[in-house]
Amino acid sequence: MSREEIRAAVLHALGEVAPEADLAALRPDVPFREQLDLDSMDVLNFIIGLDQALKVAIPESDYPRIATLSSCVAYLEAKVSAGSSFVR
Amino acid sequence: MSEFRMPSLGADMAAGTLLEWLKQPGDRVARGDLIAEVDTDKGVIQVEAFTTGTLERILVEPGQKVPVGTVMALIRDDAVTAPAAAPPGAGPPAAGPLPQRVSPLARRRAQELGVDLASIQGTGAEGAVTVADVERLARGAIMPTATPAVDDSAARMRGAIGAAMARSKREIPHYYLSNTIDLGPAMAWLAEQNQSRPVADRLVAAALLLKSVALALRDFPELNAWWVNDRAVRQPSINLGVAVSLRQGGLIVPALEAADQASVDELMRRLTDLVARAKGGALRASELASGTLTVTSLGDRGVDIVLGVIYPPQVALVGFGRIAERPWVVQGAVLPRPVVSVSLSADHRVTDGHRGALFLDRIDQLLREPGAL
Repeated sequence: MSREEIRAAVLHALGEVAPEADLAALRPDVPFREQLDLDSMDVLNFIIGLDQALKVAIPESDYPRIATLSSCVAYLEAKVSAGSSFVR
Repeated sequence: MSEFRMPSLGADMAAGTLLEWLKQPGDRVARGDLIAEVDTDKGVIQVEAFTTGTLERILVEPGQKVPVGTVMALIRDDAVTAPAAAPPGAGPPAAGPLPQRVSPLARRRAQELGVDLASIQGTGAEGAVTVADVERLARGAIMPTATPAVDDSAARMRGAIGAAMARSKREIPHYYLSNTIDLGPAMAWLAEQNQSRPVADRLVAAALLLKSVALALRDFPELNAWWVNDRAVRQPSINLGVAVSLRQGGLIVPALEAADQASVDELMRRLTDLVARAKGGALRASELASGTLTVTSLGDRGVDIVLGVIYPPQVALVGFGRIAERPWVVQGAVLPRPVVSVSLSADHRVTDGHRGALFLDRIDQLLREPGAL
């Protein structure tokens, strides 16, 4: 899966929890929670969306690593390319 | 013959507009079945039947605005063949026989945007089509112009909130208490639980906080009450109202019924469902009228302490602030601990600060043993 495909999956999952958001204007290095007014339930639903789309295991301890668009895409890219041992 | 009436969702609701009948004359209805959609100042809600039988006659047409209590339809009772009614809090009623579930707001939004509902696969509760589903399909065609119907709903909701809160501040002699709780054990338990769970089964701290409030209320039933006719009436069921901020603005407070009887996992499932339906405009009338104490949390927005306004006819409200690491003295040593402020806003006509303080202390005690919640 390419970086662009992962990015698209992240934006799709965000759109599910914040449908009114202008995702094209999302700043890549600012936390989602600050930009999109996400609460803890939204964050959980976002991660469920990533889980369903990418089949990648994201432990709770890694949540800080997916706080921004840039870090989230990089984290998921590493997970996907690391192979099946990391994939759910 | 039973009468199906325009429900009251609180003392400040005077009337509602029937939007649509979900059943037609001759249809069988079971208690708990969704039977009508009604537009109120608190938003569009779905109204359940409170009896089992056959819909005999419709007395109010879609579009009509009628006062609370108006008989809108007649249901011919059919108690002999009726299935057992689910007790309050036993979970949402089973999905109705509708081929496609569409939240009322989504239907309205689809009309505004010219979107064909039949082409949408719903992602909401029980597969319901939500506003988000509609807008996703229409994305690209949506102009950033005002949407009068939604704006009007927001204004009416703001009016309803204002009326209820003004009444509360006018009539209820509030007192406020707050406590700071060490959530170390609770957060450690939560992390341990979530480590081994699939993501869809993970818990959020709110589930533990809600359960602790529900259990504490068992020991302080005077706080689980409604003020009716100049006296406090203790409520038989602990129905926690959950303050849900809507993304389009405004606030709605549906209830988790019999919350003290649900496991933390069940409470989490019900909370997820309730919040999704609150945001999707698919709440049921009973969920908006049954709360016996409201819990609100603004911790996700960085707030340290919430001093809330009691929602009449309730007599108390619990607020939670941000869960944050703070210096905390443990056996003479200063350690970083995750702590949260919990506050109580309570009606001085019903309780005194002494009981309120003991109630907050009970919540603290319960959260020290999260595995027992």
